[in-house]
Amino acid sequence: MDWLFSIAGGVLIGAASALLLLFNGRIAGISGIVGGVLSPARGEVLWRAMFVAGLVGAGVLFLQVAPEALPTAREDFGGRSLAMLVAAGLMVGFGTRLGSGCTSGHGVCGIGRLSPRSLVATGSFMLTGLLSVLVARLVMGGAA
Amino acid sequence: MRHLLSALLVGLLFGAGLALGGMTLPEKIVGFLDVTGDWDPSLLFVMGGAVLSYAALYRRIARREGPLFGASFQVPTNRRIDRRLVVGSLLFGAGWGLGGLCPGPALTSLATGATEVVTFVAAMLGGMFLFRVYEGALARRRAAQLHGWEVKQS
Repeated sequence: MDWLFSIAGGVLIGAASALLLLFNGRIAGISGIVGGVLSPARGEVLWRAMFVAGLVGAGVLFLQVAPEALPTAREDFGGRSLAMLVAAGLMVGFGTRLGSGCTSGHGVCGIGRLSPRSLVATGSFMLTGLLSVLVARLVMGGAA
Repeated sequence: MRHLLSALLVGLLFGAGLALGGMTLPEKIVGFLDVTGDWDPSLLFVMGGAVLSYAALYRRIARREGPLFGASFQVPTNRRIDRRLVVGSLLFGAGWGLGGLCPGPALTSLATGATEVVTFVAAMLGGMFLFRVYEGALARRRAAQLHGWEVKQS
């Protein structure tokens, strides 16, 4: 049954991304949208802030109806230390801006448009994602 | 005004899709990336569903003259596969596997107020800020070279 929820969640993500293009004419790339709030240009801040508010708002709603869908307990992070999360966050923040996208912009919208850049980007982050989980598993002794 | 409401609505739908698909749980992400252990294919189903539905809708929408609440479509036209794209993506992937979170799920999970999520998001914003600083330094360097000035190394 889990996979049904996964597919439904995926279709919802794809539909939302398409709606952002239809309504606002934009690509639903989360890192780009957040990055644009940090380096403000005229007329580019408010819609991005609203989109981020929606993302967080969805979390607030899920917390009411299905809190198990969100990471609320320490165990949900598989024993990751705060230092690891700081390192991870810095890499995700810098890397997504340098590479012009993350799982949403490259992985969903880019591949959906068959963009060669996004195919290369997605292959690249999948590769180091696999490797870093492998390394974390070795370092943490299977706790990851 | 309408473009702000639509952005909020789309953010809500997107975040709901992430939570429904289980992408807000680091164990699901790591379970997918960990091919040596008990492999969890959830992420594949989520991305498959998202890519296929987006691709189907994209074709129809791109045929329009423009968006409903904006002047024009702003779709990337750059086709160059360069070092920035690859190095940035490699770095992102390493952080993704290490933390079990990417930008969207991290923001939706912010609703829990969990220390781990707040820490990750703060570091992620810090990383984006560092990129801005790096870009600024690069641009100044380029401008200086363009004008034939000597770049003083500090």
